[in-house]
Amino acid sequence: MKKKYICVLAAAVVLVGCKIIVSAAPPAGSGNIEGKVTYTGTPPKMKPIDMSKEPTCAKEHNPPETVQTVVTGPGNALEYVVVYISAGEPASPTPSQPVRFDQKGCMYTPHVLPMQVDQPLQIFTDDPFAHNIHPLPKLNPEWNKSQPAGAPPIDTKWSKPEFIPVKCNIHPWMHGYFAVLKTSYYSVTDNNGSFSLKGLPPGKYTVTAWQEQYNFQSQDVTISGNETKTANFVFKVTPYLY
Amino acid sequence: MIRKTAGLASAWSLLGIVLLAGGAPCHAQIDIHMHTVTGPMESHIGALTGKSSEGKPLYRRFCIGCHGPSGDGAGENAMWFDPTMGFEKPRDFTLGVFKCRSTPTGTLPTDDDLFDAMTRGFVTTNMPQWQPLIGQDRANLVAFIKTFSARWQTDKAGTPIAIPTETPATIESILHGRELFQKMECWKCHGPEGRGDGPSAATLTDSKGNPIRPYDFTTGLRFKCGVSNHDLYRIFMTGLDGTPMPSFADNIKPEEGWDLVHFLRTLQISLKTSERATFEKWESSHTGQLKPIGPEQAPGT
Repeated sequence: MKKKYICVLAAAVVLVGCKIIVSAAPPAGSGNIEGKVTYTGTPPKMKPIDMSKEPTCAKEHNPPETVQTVVTGPGNALEYVVVYISAGEPASPTPSQPVRFDQKGCMYTPHVLPMQVDQPLQIFTDDPFAHNIHPLPKLNPEWNKSQPAGAPPIDTKWSKPEFIPVKCNIHPWMHGYFAVLKTSYYSVTDNNGSFSLKGLPPGKYTVTAWQEQYNFQSQDVTISGNETKTANFVFKVTPYLY
Repeated sequence: MIRKTAGLASAWSLLGIVLLAGGAPCHAQIDIHMHTVTGPMESHIGALTGKSSEGKPLYRRFCIGCHGPSGDGAGENAMWFDPTMGFEKPRDFTLGVFKCRSTPTGTLPTDDDLFDAMTRGFVTTNMPQWQPLIGQDRANLVAFIKTFSARWQTDKAGTPIAIPTETPATIESILHGRELFQKMECWKCHGPEGRGDGPSAATLTDSKGNPIRPYDFTTGLRFKCGVSNHDLYRIFMTGLDGTPMPSFADNIKPEEGWDLVHFLRTLQISLKTSERATFEKWESSHTGQLKPIGPEQAPGT
């Protein structure tokens, strides 16, 4: 009974989450693609983060946060996997609504932030000390800006699709990703590994899942009208990070 | 007519074969395949116009050993540069990311920036000063370096930042600079005394993941991007792209940059700077009035 309740709750969270994401561009159709991202094998053990160099943060996270390179959930679920339409996508206008990236307690929220090419990106800080935001793109220009306590948000955007690692050099454990995508049809898996792409018009699509450690996986899905198709992804994991 | 042309062509090819057969052993040259990604590029430095075609042989002669045939910094000498020992790897030109710029963070440098960096060399690294090459050669090299990254085709160089007239290096300016050094948390990497030993110093890496050291002001060594107050000012406002040093352009007012410059001069204790003298004179009559630089003490601890 309790399990069922949690499932319903999780589904509700996914639904609400997707509604926010898709609301930027009105849905062009009524087809949906849903699924789960899971792993086989033994995932690497994520180490606890030592924040003793920033005592405020060390105090805030008790027990300590762990590294977020491979985050797993119940039932072999993989969290923070970006699932998106990589081919066949209907043209998506650039949303004017900004996406928000937060620095709080020496952690990035969310760990992986999806956005569309040229969509405004706002980087906020809540911490009472300075961070430097240092995205490390290969295709887009690399920059590095300081953001001291109380500084206004940094307004920026990315003009080429790319998965961009972002880090803080002052607090080297702070590590996240900007997932810059051509499409507005994207979703990031929750702790149950669930994702959902909504409002797709009929067509043949390539759905791609990206995980920061295990790269890409793709599969083709055909949507014909008002239907919900399932697409599951399984990543093979090893106990070692490389 | 056609027959005549064909005959001429075969005569030329015969000549070519003769030349190759006879000439090749004498003029044997290791053919290094250089991989560039753009077509011909130009550089404009003052009255000089550099051409990448002219820069290519110069690069092959002077730069390829470290920066490599593809410009990715993986030349045959690069393996001997150990970043854990403080020797930075050669610059990877394929990224189009450069430390010493007059332009905002995230933008390409101007041709002058590249020309100046090459001329100056990089102190504490294996990159020497290239002043011995005439200006035209350096301009040609700047043009050639740009053929390694497609960014030079898609992006324009940034607009150099505006630098206001330097304010007088008064004690007020120095003390305000000291406050900024605390507030902007420069000490987290550069250390409370500017010795490059702040709490985050040991974990710093450049954008390619190699360890990198924050600058130690007390050594009095030349700065990587130039020695003048203007050069120092520029570093705060542009950042050193590809390194952990961020841009402070959004966080400090233009005139405050000079206060930071004046304070940093007081950290160069081995140089006995006039700013240091001003600061020491003030400190001797205000003993114990300054809070030490470093982590804020929580009340009651």
